[in-house]
Amino acid sequence: MAREAVIVGVGDVPLKDGKVVGGGSVLQVQARAAKAALDNAGIPMRDVDGLLVAGLWGVPGPGQLPSVTLGEYLGIFPRFADTTNIGGSAFEAHVAHAAMAIEKGYCDVALIVYGSTQKSERSRTLGGRPPVLTMQFENVWGIPQPVGGYAMAARRHMHEFGTTEEQLAEIAVATRKWASLNPDATMRDPISIDDVMASTRISDPLKLLDCCLVTDGAGAIVMTTAENAKAHGSRPIHIRGYGEAHTHWSIGAMPDLARLTAAEMASKRAFDMAGVSHDAIDLVECYDSFTITVLMTLEALGFCKPGEGGAFVSGQRTAPGGAFPLNTNGGGLSYCHPGMYGIFLLVEAVRQLRGEAGDRQVDNVQTALVHGTGGTLSSGATVILANN
Amino acid sequence: MSDTATYEKPQPVIDPGTKPFWDAARAHRLSMPKCRACGQHHFYPRELCPHCHSDDLEWTDVSGKGEVYSYTIARKPAGPVFAADVPYVIAMIALDEGPRMLTNIVTKDVEQVRIGDRVTVRFDDVTPELTLPKFTLDKD
Ligand SMILES: [Zn+2]
Repeated sequence: MAREAVIVGVGDVPLKDGKVVGGGSVLQVQARAAKAALDNAGIPMRDVDGLLVAGLWGVPGPGQLPSVTLGEYLGIFPRFADTTNIGGSAFEAHVAHAAMAIEKGYCDVALIVYGSTQKSERSRTLGGRPPVLTMQFENVWGIPQPVGGYAMAARRHMHEFGTTEEQLAEIAVATRKWASLNPDATMRDPISIDDVMASTRISDPLKLLDCCLVTDGAGAIVMTTAENAKAHGSRPIHIRGYGEAHTHWSIGAMPDLARLTAAEMASKRAFDMAGVSHDAIDLVECYDSFTITVLMTLEALGFCKPGEGGAFVSGQRTAPGGAFPLNTNGGGLSYCHPGMYGIFLLVEAVRQLRGEAGDRQVDNVQTALVHGTGGTLSSGATVILANN
Repeated sequence: MSDTATYEKPQPVIDPGTKPFWDAARAHRLSMPKCRACGQHHFYPRELCPHCHSDDLEWTDVSGKGEVYSYTIARKPAGPVFAADVPYVIAMIALDEGPRMLTNIVTKDVEQVRIGDRVTVRFDDVTPELTLPKFTLDKD
């Protein structure tokens, strides 16, 4: 029988006020998340023979070869490594790559890990990309990175389709409602559309509450064969389809500022592979670096037509109790955003598919779509997951 | 004009592939590669045409005219060196020759910028070695 790759474990580390509880270096927090995911899977670390890592840590230095460093730190000798870094969507791509490696027999147990201690280290900056190579044509103008590029996309979307700042605010408000149900979320107090509109202007038309948080965080995913999952008694989550794409990094090279081309390409492939329609998706977890990211992603994934995202999210449609449950852990906007957020989309989707999401559990979730976005609306990777 | 040592904002690390652009800017010309195979300009400068992937390229001066494709008003600076400029406009200009380029729009009233506004290049000699092509609104 053909090998089927499945997800068997997810893990993260507890956060308090956006910082890792108990502190720790970026290697320590990744080790804790990895152990949590392996314990969740019921699989020992010594069985891990595939390691997939992307990060922003230890550069220059040990982070230049992140899987090699992390493998050493964890005391394992992987025979499959993937350090694909396409931004915050890297982990959705890692699931696809691990699935192919497992199904081909290139590895048996794959561990995907991410961690960041940027908040504890106060290491996040808005202007910090060196003006070399392609970026010599960006940084000299004082563009706040990455918010300035997203702001220009939002402005163009408003120009072409009449999208409003209030419609973007709907997303921030709905996501905060989900966060209020998540004890690990950094920001849990309810907010209103007026609060979003009145929040500090950052880079017009985006305001503070349109922007993701800056927090610590670490997460991990364990994948293996369906057969091995059975042998370990762990509950498998099936991978029905996946796809990835990237189009640019420099915002000046984005093909169309009002359309998320990478998400269109990635999700089309994932839907084709899964052989399911949009109606079959019970839950969506999509990257919310900024409110505009979500709106453009929903259009690109095909849940509404181009330009209709504003109307689609209106009336708190994506909030708890709404018709379209979205970013149910509180997202990067209100739960956590440790630099590259995509792994937490997967962790939440698996918890929802297993019925382990506590107060924020959505009823009858059988199929979930996860979509990561990386860079400055640069890359996209989609995974469609199912619990049966 | 500042001297090179006292201009504190990011300065491009000019490389052989980009030197013709920055040299032209110092001479107050806006120059970019044009493809002899497909006839299209592109920006930023590359070794192969990003449209048809030909290597048959030539540097050509462009008009320095275009329109605002999108923009943002920075209310928070991209680091302390831009703090004194807030609020300032970062814009993506669709040049009449086709390519889009990121730049600043220099205007007394940042609130009046709109997508579709006509713009014209102006050259800011920020140091003896560096000139930045910025744009002004034709309606200003
Ligand atoms: Zn060409």
